[in-house]
Amino acid sequence: MIVDVATFVGTYPYRHVPRTSPESLLGEMDRIGIEEAWVGHLPSFLYKDPAPGSAELLEMLEKGGGRLRPTPTINPGLPGWRRDLDAAAEAKAPAVRVYPMHQQLDPVGASMRELLVAAGQAKLAALFTVRFEDVRQRQPLDAVPDFPPSAVRALARIDDDVRILVTHAGKGFIEEVHFGLTPGEAQRVLWDISWLWGPPENELTNLVGTIGEDRFAFGTGMPLRIPDAVPAKLELAGFSSEVRTAIESENVSRWLQW
Amino acid sequence: MSAEKLIDVHAHFYTARSGRGDWRTVNEARIAAGDQMGITAHVASILGTWGGSSPTYFPSPADVSHGNQAMLELTRAYPGLVFGYCVVNPNYQEHAMVELAKRLDEGMIGVKVAASRRANDALLDPITAYAAERGVPILHHVWQHRRHEWPGQEASDAVELMELAGRHPDAKFLLAHIGGGGDWSHSLRAVRDVANVWVDLSGSGVDGGMLEAVLDTVGPSRMVWGCDVTMGTGMAKLRYLESLGLPPSDVSRIKSGNALDLFPSGVFGQ
Repeated sequence: MIVDVATFVGTYPYRHVPRTSPESLLGEMDRIGIEEAWVGHLPSFLYKDPAPGSAELLEMLEKGGGRLRPTPTINPGLPGWRRDLDAAAEAKAPAVRVYPMHQQLDPVGASMRELLVAAGQAKLAALFTVRFEDVRQRQPLDAVPDFPPSAVRALARIDDDVRILVTHAGKGFIEEVHFGLTPGEAQRVLWDISWLWGPPENELTNLVGTIGEDRFAFGTGMPLRIPDAVPAKLELAGFSSEVRTAIESENVSRWLQW
Repeated sequence: MSAEKLIDVHAHFYTARSGRGDWRTVNEARIAAGDQMGITAHVASILGTWGGSSPTYFPSPADVSHGNQAMLELTRAYPGLVFGYCVVNPNYQEHAMVELAKRLDEGMIGVKVAASRRANDALLDPITAYAAERGVPILHHVWQHRRHEWPGQEASDAVELMELAGRHPDAKFLLAHIGGGGDWSHSLRAVRDVANVWVDLSGSGVDGGMLEAVLDTVGPSRMVWGCDVTMGTGMAKLRYLESLGLPPSDVSRIKSGNALDLFPSGVFGQ
């Protein structure tokens, strides 16, 4: 079983991206062999109020037959954000997406801390996207800085119940967070492998060796990225079936046990 | 491993002077991953000393020669599997021309021009004309839509490469790593009608819609497969292309057929 923790439906505001419907997502999941996907509403990262986007997300995912799990977007800078969090919990979301850089919030400010604690109490992970695209290729108006590793370290230290899933992080980012936390704090953070390269540099293999296979999850970034890159790097890494299963599904299941 | 040829037109190797202790391990990892993927030919270059004793994109003549010599030795260590591009720095014109003639005579099969000088600069003309005369393609490093100067290189974008290609219709160019960072859609607009430029699919970028856009713009007859420094993304793009329902002959052209036509006849054992 493969669980893809980083997928989207809906359009991307900065360039044309094909196949953004739930049906297309399911088709690609079938092609790759992905059983379940955590799905965000792509345009919501730019919405002043993401709540209507989350409502649209839930409606779109009704076609998923239970395979598409919502990851609604929350803006903790808005009044009443706790209602949005409650709605996410009611929709059985495994995580909520937060974009402090796009929402122009202090990534380690009071509102973010309150959200992380509240999400943990509600048994919801907080999902952060370091970047949607490489800085070299962004649309000129897309000048928002990457989500910084210092913020992950600070947020991971807040509370035992905090769970932080980080997608699109590179090797250096992961290393400076992991080794900048106590072993207990580091257990609160899970990383998708979408931005780690395989051979010949073998970043993924090296990281599995240094920080452990239990810290990683399968995330593709569909439809912004073609999904084939993630199984390809797992295959080329030559991991044992146990390690591969851990990354493909078991780590995220175990990590969500509070 | 598939019996069909799979030619990686954009590979790199390192040497003891590349400023990294793991250079040999990385070289061996490329060969091993290539075996896994079914790569039958790595067409590769070594960019001087990769910053060891002169900058990667502004290599000194001595470092250019060092890298080319090391590359040639790798082709001899892996005969029939590893092939070499001759790297040149156009700012050292005399050295570039001597190096080019020497290395092609010694068995290199293409020219690698990185980012020491803009592609549309007149200093590129003698190099290009000589490559055309010798019947070898030029793999030209491209920053997909260079909106401003970036440190460490005098990168060219596709518009500048198309100027050079327009001045040399008999030369054959590979526009490097369409997935290598930058705005690939800008490059595709520039390359659409320039028949002597092929699009190298390599690079870490695996953007949704990119491969479809390349297909729509230049078609399978001007697409060549490659990896550059991230082989997993090369494998992913190959699998994705195979999933698009293209005729097998089109997939075959991208995997090897176009490269077989671009490089000197017979070098890949065809």
